[in-house]
Amino acid sequence: MPSGHASRVFIGITNLKRVNGMQRESSRETAREIVVPGDLLSGSGMKAGPGTYVDGGSVYAALLGIRSVRANTVGVVPLAGQYVPMRGDTVIGKIVDMGASNWLVDINAAHPTPLHVNEVPWRVEFGETGRFMTIGDLVLLKVIGVDELAKVQVSMKEHGLRKLAGGMVADVAPAKVPRIIGKNGSMIQVLKNLTGCRIYVGQNGRIWIDGDMDNILLAVEAIKLIEDQAHSSGLTEKVKDLLEKRTGKGE
Amino acid sequence: MGGTPLPDGIKLMDEQGRRIDGRLPGELRPLKIEAGVLRRADGSAYLEMGHNKVMAAVYGPRECHPRHMQDPTRALVQCHYNMASFSVDDRKRPGPDRRSQEISKIISEALTHVVFTEYFPRTSIDVYIEVLQANAGTRCAGLTAASVALADAGIPMRDLVASCAAGKVANTMVLDLGKEEDNFGQADIPLGYIPRTEEVVLLQMDGDLTADEFRTGLGMAADACKKIYDVQRDALRRRYVVADDGGSEGVK
Repeated sequence: MPSGHASRVFIGITNLKRVNGMQRESSRETAREIVVPGDLLSGSGMKAGPGTYVDGGSVYAALLGIRSVRANTVGVVPLAGQYVPMRGDTVIGKIVDMGASNWLVDINAAHPTPLHVNEVPWRVEFGETGRFMTIGDLVLLKVIGVDELAKVQVSMKEHGLRKLAGGMVADVAPAKVPRIIGKNGSMIQVLKNLTGCRIYVGQNGRIWIDGDMDNILLAVEAIKLIEDQAHSSGLTEKVKDLLEKRTGKGE
Repeated sequence: MGGTPLPDGIKLMDEQGRRIDGRLPGELRPLKIEAGVLRRADGSAYLEMGHNKVMAAVYGPRECHPRHMQDPTRALVQCHYNMASFSVDDRKRPGPDRRSQEISKIISEALTHVVFTEYFPRTSIDVYIEVLQANAGTRCAGLTAASVALADAGIPMRDLVASCAAGKVANTMVLDLGKEEDNFGQADIPLGYIPRTEEVVLLQMDGDLTADEFRTGLGMAADACKKIYDVQRDALRRRYVVADDGGSEGVK
């Protein structure tokens, strides 16, 4: 995964952008507070962030999650939820159907998404889609637009996007993806370095891993550990320990 | 209701004002809720209220089937209430009947009111309520469990819905009717309620009440919903509090 995606934090409804390092410290103390839909987050004076709604001038939680305060904005970081596509997401899709000028791709959202021949890096004649990709193929795509009817447009034309040959795919809860990537990509870097696998993390909760079979299984084990313990601290160290022990590296 | 004669030897209220199961008129049955009990569902909850045992599972937002029911502007909350054949004394004939269709409909409508359906156009949020053991008040138990399961699934909602019934038994207004009270009592009012905004999202009445009695019953049920609401919130929090010993990188 290009490093640009690594720092991206996934939030259920909207994308919560990191503001800056200064706010991080102050938000730390309040960050652990678990909120439930309907909980009052702020009486007044705070702006409503993602995962919240405003009623009578006060901000309330709309999701089950963790209260987060950044600058003057209060939001909720979700603990669960389905993948909701957003522009700019890099996702791993699976071809489920073919048309004469498009493929239908399952990107783990509520609906499959068409991938038009104009959005792939090859010149595809009308009716020739099957010669390039067929049902069951995995693809690395970028979400280039989502309209008000939640219709998604995807593209394979940007640098680094391609058809994924070989490897394996692990499914995780989309809400846990930021944890697998880690702060500035720290966690995914540990995974890549210690297993020697090539890994792409899709924002839609699919992770593509390629390498030796033993290393792939080790990476999957580490990913499951991260998913199970996503809300505990010192996880990067735990994963490091596990991988170093198994691979014999580090000591 | 009301018309059924009480069998000999059964007294719904004793001289001390205690009910058939020993409760006081304003007392709820013991309530227990657990969130996240099913692995395959997106969200789930298990609820016990007295002898009622109810499981709720939520899937979605996912593609809406049948397709013609899709709404291009919002999600559909589709509820399926079902009683297990072993949930009652006499075997219940399995499958949907008029009663379960009605309950599915009113619970769907109550939940639609709190879910931000406009965030998920063309989709359906499927709620399955399975009554494993029934002892009166299963629609309230089902609604209470379903709203916990929805929140557990990470679906954006305005608030949780708490639900509870009030009724009239032996000429007294009582809370949360049990099976005998439901069968031989004079009236039953199930209420679905949002405590913070004091909104009513489900209200039915079976039996006869005076306007004053109705108001009293409604007040009792609304107060009880506030207690149930606290148990719901606690159940959702408890699910994550065990590992709550530090920061998550996605959060900091």
